[in-house]
Amino acid sequence: MLQPLTDADARARLAEFPDAVVGAAGNPITVSVPPAKWAEFAAFAKDVLGCRFFSFMSAVDWKEEGLEVIAWVDNSEGGFSLLMKTRLGAGVSGCPSLVPVYRGANWMERECFDMFGIQFEGHPDLRRMLLPEDWVGHPLLKSYAVDTPYPPYR
Amino acid sequence: MEIKRPVPVVPAPVWKTFKDLQEWEALHKERPDRGDKVASAFETLTEGIHSFPGGFIVTTPADAFLNWARKSSCWPVTFGLACCAIEMMATFASRFDVERLGMVPWASPRHSDLMIISGTVTIKMAPMLLRIYDQMPDPKWAVSMGSCSNSGGPFRHGYHVVKGVDRVIPVDVYVPGCPPPPESLLNGLLLLQEQISHFRQTGKRAAPSPKVD
Repeated sequence: MLQPLTDADARARLAEFPDAVVGAAGNPITVSVPPAKWAEFAAFAKDVLGCRFFSFMSAVDWKEEGLEVIAWVDNSEGGFSLLMKTRLGAGVSGCPSLVPVYRGANWMERECFDMFGIQFEGHPDLRRMLLPEDWVGHPLLKSYAVDTPYPPYR
Repeated sequence: MEIKRPVPVVPAPVWKTFKDLQEWEALHKERPDRGDKVASAFETLTEGIHSFPGGFIVTTPADAFLNWARKSSCWPVTFGLACCAIEMMATFASRFDVERLGMVPWASPRHSDLMIISGTVTIKMAPMLLRIYDQMPDPKWAVSMGSCSNSGGPFRHGYHVVKGVDRVIPVDVYVPGCPPPPESLLNGLLLLQEQISHFRQTGKRAAPSPKVD
């Protein structure tokens, strides 16, 4: 039986992916990739690094700098985690979907779309997750006005 | 993979039951007639007797008796929304024991007279709350428990919280606190009993206080 990858092994193997920018030492391994390589890197993380558990996904609104999508995947055999980040750039809200790689990303990406309005390209069913279907706007964006009226309850 | 700007999609409004705030406010001023035949017949009868000379001699003891009966068996519907529901359960339990006031927590809105809104009312939950409230037979009362249902509380400036449950249903007693301890809720329920004992007619209640924001 193959020995599971350790944290150090995974860091060494990350050199195989040229576009990945690896962060400082420690757990989790923080990796930034360009959005065009997002799905490709997710497949790399799943197949090569063995991070088969999709933990969660979210996004950060950096205002003028645009949105940043983050995803956390775990290698439970090796006991390390991988924090994937991608900066979408100013004014861009399209991002490749991870659903073809991780099925667990389905609802997370729906929630991300719900809260940040990120259009995940390749997602099979991109609808609102938590808010009502008729909601206008995406409330976790910094540009969403506090106390936006919502009739009939305001 | 090519990154494209999304096409903005403006969804159609679904809140079709109320067209605008004015209609909602007009409905909010007075409890709507939801077709309770018994209550309206009782009201007509009471009005008829009361308008007769000296009729108040009949209606006043009758009202007093009926209100005594109403306040002595005011069953709250078992309905908890958030952390206030824990305090509500403590109030229902043996230490504070609202059953000695005749309040039996009942797991059906159709047999209940009182709704204790115990917790944060989200915009998504408000239609369900209104639906449960509509299922309760008249006469019915509502106690708003805690800051969240009074005014939105700490979540008032959130995107998802109704800024006070009185924007959804009429409220009789507001219990402050975050959460209110069982003593506070008990005090509120005693105030509600006091209010029920002065309940004069079915179907009418005072206009809510004007909104300042």
